[in-house]
Amino acid sequence: MQRLRVRYAKRGRLRFTSHRDISRAVERAVRRAGIPVAFSAGFSPHPKISYAGAAPTGVASEAEYLEIGVTKPCEPGRIRADLDGSLPPGLDVLDVVEATVGGLADRLEASEWDVRLPGADWELAETAVAKFLAAEAVEVERLTKKGPRRFDAREAVLRLEVPEGADRTAAQVPGQSCVILRMVVRHVIPAVRPDDVLTGLRLVADFAPPVPPEVTRLAQGPLDASTGALADPLGLDRDTTRGGEAVSAGEQVDG
Amino acid sequence: MTVESIFPRLEALLPKVQKPIQYVGGELNSTVKDWDSTDVRWALMYPDAYEVGLPNQGVAILYEILNELPATLAERTYAVWPDLEALMRAEGIPQFTVDAHRPVRAFDVLGLSFSTELGYTNMLTALDLAGIPLLAVERGDDDPIVLAGGHAAFNPEPIADFLDAAVLGDGEQIAIAISEVIREWKGEGSPGGRDELLMRLAESGGVYVPKFYDVDYHPDGRITRVAPNRPDVPWRVHKHTVMDLDEWPYPKKPLVPLAETVHERFSVEIFRGCTRGCRFCQAGMITRPVRERSITTIGAMVENGIKESGFNEVGLLSLSSADHSEIGEVAKGLADRYEGTNTSLSLPSTRVDAFNIDLANEFSRNGRRSGLTFAPEGGSERMRRVINKMVTEEDLIRTVTTAYSQGWRQVKLYFMCGLPTETDEDVLGIADLAKKVIKAGREITGSRDIRCTVSIGGFVPKPHTPFQWASQADHETVDRRLKALRDSLRGDKNYGRAIGFRYHDGKPSIVEGLLSRGDRRVGAVIRAVWEDGGRFDGWSEHFSYERWMAAAEKAGVDVDWYTVREREENEVLPWDHLDAGLDREWLWQDWQEAVSGTEVEDCRWTPCYDCGVCPTMGTEIQIGPTGKKLLPLTVV
Repeated sequence: MQRLRVRYAKRGRLRFTSHRDISRAVERAVRRAGIPVAFSAGFSPHPKISYAGAAPTGVASEAEYLEIGVTKPCEPGRIRADLDGSLPPGLDVLDVVEATVGGLADRLEASEWDVRLPGADWELAETAVAKFLAAEAVEVERLTKKGPRRFDAREAVLRLEVPEGADRTAAQVPGQSCVILRMVVRHVIPAVRPDDVLTGLRLVADFAPPVPPEVTRLAQGPLDASTGALADPLGLDRDTTRGGEAVSAGEQVDG
Repeated sequence: MTVESIFPRLEALLPKVQKPIQYVGGELNSTVKDWDSTDVRWALMYPDAYEVGLPNQGVAILYEILNELPATLAERTYAVWPDLEALMRAEGIPQFTVDAHRPVRAFDVLGLSFSTELGYTNMLTALDLAGIPLLAVERGDDDPIVLAGGHAAFNPEPIADFLDAAVLGDGEQIAIAISEVIREWKGEGSPGGRDELLMRLAESGGVYVPKFYDVDYHPDGRITRVAPNRPDVPWRVHKHTVMDLDEWPYPKKPLVPLAETVHERFSVEIFRGCTRGCRFCQAGMITRPVRERSITTIGAMVENGIKESGFNEVGLLSLSSADHSEIGEVAKGLADRYEGTNTSLSLPSTRVDAFNIDLANEFSRNGRRSGLTFAPEGGSERMRRVINKMVTEEDLIRTVTTAYSQGWRQVKLYFMCGLPTETDEDVLGIADLAKKVIKAGREITGSRDIRCTVSIGGFVPKPHTPFQWASQADHETVDRRLKALRDSLRGDKNYGRAIGFRYHDGKPSIVEGLLSRGDRRVGAVIRAVWEDGGRFDGWSEHFSYERWMAAAEKAGVDVDWYTVREREENEVLPWDHLDAGLDREWLWQDWQEAVSGTEVEDCRWTPCYDCGVCPTMGTEIQIGPTGKKLLPLTVV
């Protein structure tokens, strides 16, 4: 059975889709596009589509990944066009490659995030970031389905900065200035998410943005331990097959 | 004048609410038309949560038909949950449509589809959030016409003060006709304002405008008469009936939501109307006569619907789907076409007979045989004669044992409690029946691994049915009978564990009864409940019986008078001026026959029993067979 690895984006108002919403949308799109998806055997067969590390509801992403098993060989470029055409605008297929060796989930070691804070104070943000980075550990609490859970939000953060010169606008408050945070966070258990880092910034420096943040995952993939940079998780597959149209991780693609 | 989208303001609130995706729109096959290039604009509301409202066929069909008219625009709006409602109030964001996020008050019509009376408080929330005055008489020329349809609109009297207009029956043609009246009136420069538009609609006899009718009461509270208060307003308003459903093959472009909804499937209505004559069933009475879609149209609609939606389940809807004259061919044809494609077919609302097992086997050819549902409705033979549900105990046992013997392991039996003339013994009869079902099932399969679930609904007498005069059972009686039934089932060592039991307490049925057979005086109760925070009354976690009773007391409304009181033949009922086509004398006679336990046949197969619909409405029964078959699809 051929397996296809798909990178897709979750953009604009579609960022409010949950993981379950996306899986229903993908299953229907696969049917409409006539992709020969494989089904599991057994009492109630399910299409063989698996998802790796989905971004939370409300978080946009340029780098989500899924894998589809198909019953007959498919050309990745064709699948990219067909699947993208069948998904609603805002769920956009960016890249499709044929899977070769290894698991995809194992390659997703860390994520790069862009966090926009409309109406927040730039200097306070810089101070908070410096304090956070200087700390050994920053214990935060998050409400999970099993009740409140405490964990360290500092160690997993490999990079955190307030970049200069970036486009300082947020979709939801046009015209208002906004602070941007960029961060690279290692995937650990329990997961440290951008909002946990924001909780940390509030704890260390009383930095509290006035409105909910706009969060976008820019990339996820294997981590280069020496530079802290993320590589394309589909790179390995692309190296050994004819591949799809390459889009490097971290590069934004216009929808 | 272009109307701005409120989305940028809404978007900032969405991270703070549950399931935000339900408010963003963008469903596959949804339509956003240019505001300025249209002249008649409808906001269509299903007054419940998005997850319930989106799959509603009525709204989906009207949305599509209205948007097909070049100069008409239709968008959808749903009830927002209390978390978003609070934020919208704090931020001053009005009720909006999900298509282009336009404020509802900017539209010409706010059309509400009421499948159930329990959506009334949600309508008030929407009006209030929209900035539209709650009372029709307080609305001005800038407010939309608030128009109700759906089954509950066959007695819109409890919400009459909040409505500008109501429409009875099938909506396809009348929605287009109303659009034309509005277009003409606006084209003339909106002469005479809102009242002239309402007059033009009322004069046609096809649109009910409550404020053009006065209701007088006797000192004892009964209605003296309902009479038009202006010349040219007709005394009675008639329902609408679409003939030839093949001419109306909607939905053609099924809405596919991103959010999870209650029905994740593509539905085709295979016929409209039902003449089985079950006396409790309002739907069966008000949708007469039977009009079938042909097997070829059904096949084409299913093929198109799957292609357009990507759904993996198809539902063949109607009030009694196995009664379609060619259902066997439809089932076989569809099962053949979709064999091996992981497309499942479902047939809700089937009757109790062995033929259904064949159908169910056909539909489950590629899938699992899990459960079958049958609805004997009454626990004893006597009870079933009263409600005209002609199923003998022998039929039921034979049907269910056939199902068990063919590999079905779970059977669900649906009954009602609180039916007219019902005794404790009738309800306890449900336990006897369930035990006999398990006993027969064990014998035929030689296995103890079979189950049946007994599910009970509370009976509510409905307008335009033979039971419209009946006394509704009080909730104490219903609860006592259900407890006795539960004890009888649970206490049985041999069968108790094989029988599941599902029921609700009797209180919500009393509120539904008040709203179903209420008159204009009940409107004050609805308003008081809403002002006290009543929302989403169809949801048990939001419903409060105490709140309704307190509001009724405050409004001086005697709930018992509306619910448990039996009506006399000559009492003027609040909906008598609304014509569903049913002859009042026929209904009364059928009520008398119910009490004496006399059954009536289905007019599809035996001579007409003169319910009055066809001659009054100029309609006729439209059924097959056509003799056609579904051919294999070249590409599936």
